[in-house]
Amino acid sequence: MSAPGLLSADVLRPDLAVIARHVASGSRVLDVGCGDGTLMAALRDGHGCDARGLELDPVNVAACVARGLSAIQGDADTDLSPYPDASFDYAILSQTLQTTKRPDLVMEHLLRIGRRAFVSFPNFAHWRVRLSLLAGGRMPVTRLLPVAWYETPNIHHLTIADFRDFVRMRGITVEGAWFLDGDALIGAAAANWRAEHAVFLLRRG
Amino acid sequence: MRTISATHDLAQPLPLDGGQSLEDVRIAYETYGTLNERGDNAILICHATTGDQHVATPHPITGKPGWWSRTVGPGLPIDTDRFYVICPNVLGSCMGTTGPSSLAPDGQPYGMRFPVITIRDMVRAHVALLKALGVERLYAVIGGSMGGMQALSLAVNWPDMADRVLVLAATAAMPVQNIAFQELGRQAIMADPDWQGGAYYGTGRSPDAGLAVARMAAHITYLSEASLSEKFGRRLQDRQAKSFGFGADYQVESYLRYQGESFTGRFDANSYLYITKAMSYFDLTEGLVGDNRPSDEDHRARLAEVFRGVTSRFCLVSFDTDWLYPTSESRVIAHALNAAGAPVSFMELAAPFGHDSFLLDVPALDRVIEGFLLR
Repeated sequence: MSAPGLLSADVLRPDLAVIARHVASGSRVLDVGCGDGTLMAALRDGHGCDARGLELDPVNVAACVARGLSAIQGDADTDLSPYPDASFDYAILSQTLQTTKRPDLVMEHLLRIGRRAFVSFPNFAHWRVRLSLLAGGRMPVTRLLPVAWYETPNIHHLTIADFRDFVRMRGITVEGAWFLDGDALIGAAAANWRAEHAVFLLRRG
Repeated sequence: MRTISATHDLAQPLPLDGGQSLEDVRIAYETYGTLNERGDNAILICHATTGDQHVATPHPITGKPGWWSRTVGPGLPIDTDRFYVICPNVLGSCMGTTGPSSLAPDGQPYGMRFPVITIRDMVRAHVALLKALGVERLYAVIGGSMGGMQALSLAVNWPDMADRVLVLAATAAMPVQNIAFQELGRQAIMADPDWQGGAYYGTGRSPDAGLAVARMAAHITYLSEASLSEKFGRRLQDRQAKSFGFGADYQVESYLRYQGESFTGRFDANSYLYITKAMSYFDLTEGLVGDNRPSDEDHRARLAEVFRGVTSRFCLVSFDTDWLYPTSESRVIAHALNAAGAPVSFMELAAPFGHDSFLLDVPALDRVIEGFLLR
């Protein structure tokens, strides 16, 4: 049995901790790419949320089931269409956008299914990544992007600036943005240089 | 483990989907463990096509261990120290529950006078038994294959009955290919001259050859190329070279013959006809629109309609080598339950044994069952 109140940042990954802090209590949440259910369990036990998950790896789905959570094995690229419009208060996509085949379509689904969406992703314009490319001339292998180019699941790298352009073009409203350098929240100033990681809270229109 | 093997006679006639009702229905069942004072620890296990109530006790005819004794028992994934487990033999079967080999009110075996039944009729009998046992609400209903169809039928047609529904390697509507396989099996039985229009009881002859062929065909569908290759490969049976005859040259041929023959010793051919017919008829969305297999999208939309109002938490498991009820069948159920807002988990587990994987050694499955029942 998992202990209640798993909301401390040392248990949740920093981006998940940001999301957990800003989800309204008692809301309905869809966690796309929910992993072993850590965030869902935290939202259920700490915030009284009704959380559901979608996850590619059956071992992770089984771990969710063992926590008393509801998760479906599936792929963000192909298995979001059956979810009805506005069926969740929040749709969450953490560190998954850059792994999808069609991030634009996945974003459409998130904003269709959830009244609001949390999206977190590693920033490919972080200074360490830029330095690595500039100086080494090779695809960077960093703490957040630890896998070589030929086996990385990250097939659509993006930057905070790319993401801002994308939401502006699509007329998506940004309700909140948080930037992380390691485990620390940092300000928005020069975030595209300084942030390893970004979390956005979005809604359509 | 406190184990009871008993029968229960229904006081009322059992109404059937076909419009008739059945008098004097007897249900054979087993229970394991004890119903607690709050009455909230009961689990109904629904068996598969040719299964029976002997979940964790030796089969009375073959002497083999119960069909799910690796899963049900003290300290096992379905823990009988914690749960009160009930498994009835299904309506139409031949292990003590009323079926075509039972005596009709006129004192003669029903044979083909037995009414054609449905999966929902089987579940209606289960519900009547549960009431008689003092079980108002189930902690869980669990079933694999045809047992999974019963579990789904219970969840939809008796929506206040089960808190949890665990469905293994099943479907919400019989796939066309399986209807075809089942018709093959039925035709094999009915083509056997010893079937005698189903009135073979007491004649000293029974359609063993037809039933054995039906079983052989079905048995192939329960396995996979991987499991057959692993078990038999192309190895020859007790010989160094091909015989250039029609004996069982290959081990797999010998194995199938054995499976077919041994099955006739424990199962009634008419029961096989009635139970497979009930499965062929199975479609949770029946009565909504039309009778063609709709597009996947329509099927899902109709299923979501059927699931609206269910109160249970669901868990669906498929297996990657199961080509009889492939993963797509479970996935569409999961998506439909999701669309209906029901809490549902679904996963495809890797296991080499084909459809039979739900009965065999798959540690990941044990963990899922245990986890789903934990809280």
